[in-house]
Amino acid sequence: MANKRNLLLTIIAIAALFALAWYINFESDSYTRRIVNLCLVYAIIGLSMNLTNGFTGQFSLGQAGFMAIGAYTVGIFTVPVAYREAVFYAAPMNPYIANIELPLWLALLVGGLLAALVAFLIGTPVLRLRGDYLAVATLGFSEIIRIVITNAQTITNGALGIKDIPPLNDVRYIFAVTCIVFIFITALINSSYGRAFKAIREDEIAAEAMGIDLFKHKCMAFMLSAFFAGIGGGLYGALLGTVDPKNFLFTLTYNFLLIIVLGGMGSITGSMLGAILVTAGLEFLRVFDEPLELFGTAIPLFRPGFRMVIFSVLLMMLVLYWRHGIMGTREFSWDKAIAFCKNPFTFFKKKGGQKA
Amino acid sequence: MNILKTDGITMRFGGVIAVNNLGIEINEHEIVALIGPNGAGKTTAFNMITGVYTPTSGRVLYTDTDNKEINITGKKPSAIAKLGVARTFQNIRLFKDLSVYENVLIAKHLHLKSDFLSAALHLPHYMKEEQRAEEDVRELLEKVNLWDLKDEKASSLPYGQQRELEIVRALATKPRLLLLDEPAAGMNPKETEELTSFISQIRQDYNLTIFMIEHHMDLVMEISDRIYVLDFGQTIASGNPLAIQNNEKVIAAYLGVEEDA
Repeated sequence: MANKRNLLLTIIAIAALFALAWYINFESDSYTRRIVNLCLVYAIIGLSMNLTNGFTGQFSLGQAGFMAIGAYTVGIFTVPVAYREAVFYAAPMNPYIANIELPLWLALLVGGLLAALVAFLIGTPVLRLRGDYLAVATLGFSEIIRIVITNAQTITNGALGIKDIPPLNDVRYIFAVTCIVFIFITALINSSYGRAFKAIREDEIAAEAMGIDLFKHKCMAFMLSAFFAGIGGGLYGALLGTVDPKNFLFTLTYNFLLIIVLGGMGSITGSMLGAILVTAGLEFLRVFDEPLELFGTAIPLFRPGFRMVIFSVLLMMLVLYWRHGIMGTREFSWDKAIAFCKNPFTFFKKKGGQKA
Repeated sequence: MNILKTDGITMRFGGVIAVNNLGIEINEHEIVALIGPNGAGKTTAFNMITGVYTPTSGRVLYTDTDNKEINITGKKPSAIAKLGVARTFQNIRLFKDLSVYENVLIAKHLHLKSDFLSAALHLPHYMKEEQRAEEDVRELLEKVNLWDLKDEKASSLPYGQQRELEIVRALATKPRLLLLDEPAAGMNPKETEELTSFISQIRQDYNLTIFMIEHHMDLVMEISDRIYVLDFGQTIASGNPLAIQNNEKVIAAYLGVEEDA
């Protein structure tokens, strides 16, 4: 009974959100649309990163590289053939790919698969490392991907980047992709494979003794993570309308690290929440970037870049006082939400012990 | 008919020989104990059998259900677990932040035939496997009276039940050979007694062969069919409990000889 009710509520919620996406798509200004789109794309990449870092417990920092692969695949294959000569003005495009044009959904898929393939190649040596070493190695590989892209002039247009990607500004499209990714990852995490990932996070030695092939499962998580990061990156490229190697510096990865730490490592709904908070929050903090005059004197701190200082301080507070993020490893559940609505006061009292 | 045989396995860590030329034979349906003072190399021996360490020399042989002898030396722990060797750990290694139920259900993963895609898409053949696994786990947990606690975090259980849960988790992999590393460590006499009957019970119910490391002599002497004694990596004695109790070398290893006193 309760399961059916929860499923129904989930369907209703998704339908309602889709209606909201529809509304935003037609009724809001382009600035709002842009932020909503960015929230959704960041949510996809946050989810993908949570798969390795949160659920499988492998601290990987390669997301920017996988995003770049997805974004460039979209860039290379969706720019209309007629425009390509103008885009690749420094060196003409490689003749093998110069005439291939793919629809966006196919380019996204190809980008995801390519990212997964690269993840497999990288993962074979790298996933034998643990903890900090894995983080450093994946970070390095993400930079290698970027540098390879920068130097593959005839395919990627090198440092010039690819412009004239047909812009994607449809909130409904991005929302639909986010939904699919969300549902897929939720279902995977709640399956036997998801449990195996969590077992590896909890205790590698015990997981191995229970018959879980560490390398196979780590690789699987890593590849899936790269696949979704590729798709997210593809959407990101389509959203910006242009891709440039500088967009995919390793610092980009930290945005997503922030999202999953804030939302809760090992929580799917936490990643969604984190993506919205970080993306919308950074926009909200923009007031700090603008000069402020109080009583006739300009406050010296208020200048471009100040919001990042505020943001960093907030982040430090989070890490110091709220280490598990908003959701920890918990998930949003309808049962709890209903219990909360019925009696908001006793809800927190009962849970008080666990929350601390 | 032996199920496990070690053929002179030796483990060297740098200059230290942790286990030297260990030869153990375990027959089907036996309970065999491995005892010895601290640092004798008992856990190292377990780690070599389960693939955590690859022995410096020697072979570990396992006989599968088709009576075929397989060389499992240096195989991955996960591969060895799949062949039907499950173990517990000296210092409990549960998946602490996961529920009791998930802990046991995870042990069912090694028998899963569906690939990740059919699992993520909840295809019918995966759901069937999942349902069967859930039924098995329920049966196991009900048997040891942990079913009511299935949603508790594993780390929130009392110590004795954590030990029990670890054994149940190992049982969920459907092993033929169960390796228990100090199952009674930190237990009081009453808990030890319960554990003793629990071990005999599961051997009966699941047709198991059990190989265990243990320091509680009353437990060891009561249920073991045979005992191996290790000291400084050497096998100093082996035989039935009575013979071991009266073996001078064993007494010397445990209590020290007069000249040393």
